[in-house]
Amino acid sequence: MTTLDSSKEIQKNNSEVNETHEDFRMFGLITFLIADGMTFAGFFAAYLTYKAVNPLPDGAIYELELPIPTLNTILLLVSSATFHKAGKALLKDKNSDSQKWLFFTAFLGIIFLICQLFEYFHLPFGLTDNLFASTFFALTGFHGLHVTLGTLMILIISWQSRINGGRLTSQNMFPLEAVELYWHFVDGIWVVLFIILYLL
Amino acid sequence: MLNKNLYLILIISLVFAISFWIGFNVNLLPAEASINAPIYDELFKILFIIGLIIFIGMTIAVIYSLFKFRKRNDQIGDGIALEGNLSLEIVWTIIPSIIVLLIGLYSYNIYDRMGGMKELNHNHEMMSSNTEKIWAGISQTSDNEIAINNLSIEVSAMQFAFLFNYPKGNFISGELHVPVDQKVSMKMESKDVIHAFWVPEFRIKQDIIPGQPTILNFTPTKVGKYPIICAELCGPYHGGMRASIIVEEESDYNEWFNKNKKPEVNL
Amino acid sequence: MTISIDPQKTNNESLQPKGWLRYFSFSLDHKVIGIQYLVCGFLFYLIGGTLASAIRIELASPMSDFMPRDVYNQVLTLHGTIMIFLWIVPVVNGAFGNYLIPFYVGARDMAFPRLNAVAFWLIPPSGLMLVASYFVEGAAQAGWTAYPPLSITTPQSGQIIWILSVLLLGGSSIFGGINFIATIIKLRRPGLKLMQLPMYCWAMLGTSLLVVLSTPVLAGTLILLSFDIIANTGFFNPVLGGNVVVYQHLFWFYSHPAVYIMVLPAFGLVSEILPVHARKPLFGYTTMVFSIMGIVVLGLVVWAHHMFTSGTPPWMRLFFTIATAFIAVPTGIKFFNWVATLWGGKISINSAILFSCGFIINFVFGGITGVALAQVPFDIHVHDTYFVVAHFHYIVYGGTVFIIFSSIYHWFPKVTGKMLNEKLGILHFIITFIGFNLCFAPQHWLGLNGMPRRVAEYDPQFQFVNQISSLGALLMAISTIPFLINVFLSVRNGQNAGDNPWNALTPEWLTSSPPPVENWEGEAPLVEEPYGYGKEISEQK
Ligand code: HEA
Ligand code: HEA
Ligand code: CUA
Ligand SMILES: [Cu+2]
Repeated sequence: MTTLDSSKEIQKNNSEVNETHEDFRMFGLITFLIADGMTFAGFFAAYLTYKAVNPLPDGAIYELELPIPTLNTILLLVSSATFHKAGKALLKDKNSDSQKWLFFTAFLGIIFLICQLFEYFHLPFGLTDNLFASTFFALTGFHGLHVTLGTLMILIISWQSRINGGRLTSQNMFPLEAVELYWHFVDGIWVVLFIILYLL
Repeated sequence: MLNKNLYLILIISLVFAISFWIGFNVNLLPAEASINAPIYDELFKILFIIGLIIFIGMTIAVIYSLFKFRKRNDQIGDGIALEGNLSLEIVWTIIPSIIVLLIGLYSYNIYDRMGGMKELNHNHEMMSSNTEKIWAGISQTSDNEIAINNLSIEVSAMQFAFLFNYPKGNFISGELHVPVDQKVSMKMESKDVIHAFWVPEFRIKQDIIPGQPTILNFTPTKVGKYPIICAELCGPYHGGMRASIIVEEESDYNEWFNKNKKPEVNL
Repeated sequence: MTISIDPQKTNNESLQPKGWLRYFSFSLDHKVIGIQYLVCGFLFYLIGGTLASAIRIELASPMSDFMPRDVYNQVLTLHGTIMIFLWIVPVVNGAFGNYLIPFYVGARDMAFPRLNAVAFWLIPPSGLMLVASYFVEGAAQAGWTAYPPLSITTPQSGQIIWILSVLLLGGSSIFGGINFIATIIKLRRPGLKLMQLPMYCWAMLGTSLLVVLSTPVLAGTLILLSFDIIANTGFFNPVLGGNVVVYQHLFWFYSHPAVYIMVLPAFGLVSEILPVHARKPLFGYTTMVFSIMGIVVLGLVVWAHHMFTSGTPPWMRLFFTIATAFIAVPTGIKFFNWVATLWGGKISINSAILFSCGFIINFVFGGITGVALAQVPFDIHVHDTYFVVAHFHYIVYGGTVFIIFSSIYHWFPKVTGKMLNEKLGILHFIITFIGFNLCFAPQHWLGLNGMPRRVAEYDPQFQFVNQISSLGALLMAISTIPFLINVFLSVRNGQNAGDNPWNALTPEWLTSSPPPVENWEGEAPLVEEPYGYGKEISEQK
């Protein structure tokens, strides 16, 4: 994420300013996530409008099975909890514990992606079959992209939280907190997506 | 002080007088040829006058202050340190709000008189099967009128032409012929991209959107030939996508209709 | 209040090229980035203006004779896209925002300098890509609104490049917006209260909120559109069951707020310029702040006024009419406040104030036609005609572009330490004002009487009025010449300006001109009354 990095410089040079101002990198990240959320909101709005005004033509197949996405929902919710654990561990300077929790979180993310791919290949419809199929792939695909990015970032910070020489310490929690916030955000989007796409 | 107020009142009434004069004497619109047109022009006149009052007033205020309060060569220092005035602020919040609200209500009234606020019932049997969804164009009239109307025409728009199908006479024409003073009801469909049906003299326009068959009604009131213009960018020849609407006396129309009418084809 | 902020040292300061060369390299200095935005934007303005001239040449005769019809469509698409995304938006937001905001909040740079530079450097490549697409297989030709299904069926490469560059420009805009919000809210100098900020900060805060909330929706929409073009999906393709009106809703959900993204910063800039030259405090600071926020909120819920003829349900039309027309109220407050700012001042008549007053007059005119357009029955007749073209040029050119020029006359001494020539400036104003009105006022009549927009050929009865309009465009093109001469002459050997030629009180004038790299030699001053003209005590030092 560009937002995280780019402020580092001013952060370092501006230590004085920093004591009087609270950390604004988190603020920037939150703004970014609001923007990102609006992209999803646009997709959701389009999907709901289609549902309201563009009924499926006869013979079009658009059936979704629940087991895999339910499993995925659980995976993501659990991963949010494990991420939280990692943060707590780091705060207590237990770097190796933290790293373990991070790895576990990334692992859950990867499982999620695998499950999603599995679902893609076993759906009775393809990308261009009908409007809803297209919207389904666009929405879940865009979300999957976010999970992929998040997983990569988790792997990076878990590398940074190694005991000696890692940048991530209880004094420098920011990278972890930022990725954690992002991860919770991706989680939250998934829950909305699950409700709108699968349950409605 | 009294003098000042007097001047102000004088100037304001002058602005009003000029605006009303222009509003009533300058005609910016083409001929009126449908029952919509005079209603539209009524709205236009009101908007034009209000707009002129505000515009002329603001322009005078700006130019006057540039002259009156310009810095003379011998002057130094700043103007008065006036930072605001609550009652003024309230006045110029409330007056525009009222104007805007009144304009809104008025244009609602106009729109209603044009028939715009009537929802089209999707289930009636008109020109389409029950399942097909039909969109209501602007200037809609009530369903019953459409249902009993026998002047229904099917318009299909494509790159880059309009075709007018007269189902009753079983023929297609490139020109739209309609009798004067009768309600015409058109079902418009597009084959490819978005087009729009616009007759400036009728003050009506409706997009013709692929996938959305749309009903549009109008009643011409003046005999003549008017352009039909495609108003939505639809490709290179968008500018050339025009047709004519010919409003004629009923007898002339019938003559034309009977000349073009084809016998019913057996299915 | 003395809270010291140590001068920060930018690590790679020594690596930066000196002199004018640094404007061509990757720099983290907000002032350099601001100038980069301005110059880059201005170059694109010349390109966009050249395209506009081509449009006006074509329209000087009713035949399609100057260029082929599909090229005409490409030209107008490029003209609209370049003017909006590469000239107005980057300049009123990026250029002035970057240059001024850190001064106004008493900071030494933006909150995220690197993100800032990235945001700028997204612009030249995407702009060049857009222009270059003309030479590949033809540029996009579906208008700047890119309505499907037309945008799906026209030649693909041009449309895809258009989408790609608008996406990049949108990304740049979002990054910029995040940066402005963070800078204004988080990077304020200790002791500086929100309600003491110069008005431009509030305008940028409102604008950036709009950017952050609406631009991502455009990005999403264009991604879906590109799927329709490349992957043969059917989101907006009725043949495949899609719905074209959904595109219009999503597009205008961004593009209506975009018009306020183009004009709110300009409102902020006028609020800075008028008090200085009228020697009076800005009238009604608090109501100005509230009206900006009112415009932001209302601006988000009026988008469907662009779709009154697209088959939206009647209740929706009614709601959007009322909401749209109500924007006149907060906007009106601002205009009345500006006139009240002039009232009773000691106004120096110079190019900056003339362009600002020209802005007020033109914008009120464009705003009034806007309120008329907001009325459904009125809009039915004039939608997609030259009346609309006239409306928005009155606002974007007569409004925003006038303010850009006004701002250049106002801040040129700050940036370069040299004054611009006033005689040339006033000449520039006169030709621009006359040319502009000559060009666009007659277009209202054209629209009302039956000339649709986006056409290369038209009914011969409109020829004369179109020629007047083209003459006006010629004058506008000519008006650029005294301006360019002025800038080049003044940069080289203009009259020295001193640090604060206008005796202004806003913080950017309380340092040397041009300012040092870290903005202030010592600590940043605490400006509690940026508009304290006419007051005895001048606590600013
Ligand atoms: C910077 C750009 C900008 C701005 C600020 C505005 C401002 C406004 N616009 Fe405009 N508009 C455009 C750029 C802009 N517009 C563009 C580019 C298009 C065409 C897009 C396309 O199709 O390509 C367009 C099109 C457009 C349409 C669609 C027309 C159509 O296609 O059919 C409408 C309809 O409602 C509209 C309305 C308004 C209104 C009500 C305002 C208001 O915000 C104006 C408010 C201001 C005032 C009213 C003046 C000051 C107020 C007073 C002095 C107070 C007293 C006044 C009253 C009581 C009336 N605009
Ligand atoms: C946002 C800002 C903006 C600005 C500043 C302008 C500026 C101008 N516009 Fe623009 N215009 C739009 C935004 C803008 N426009 C948009 C959004 C559309 C809609 C597009 C669409 O429908 O999709 C449009 C459409 C549009 C049309 C309608 C086309 C059509 O519908 O068929 C016309 C026609 O007259 C027009 C004319 C002009 C003119 C004459 C100027 C002039 O003010 C320009 C003046 C500037 C110059 C003349 C430059 C001068 C410099 C030179 C000429 C020097 C030569 C260069 C070199 C030597 C390198 N514009
Ligand atoms: Cu059909 Cu334009
Ligand atoms: Cu709008």
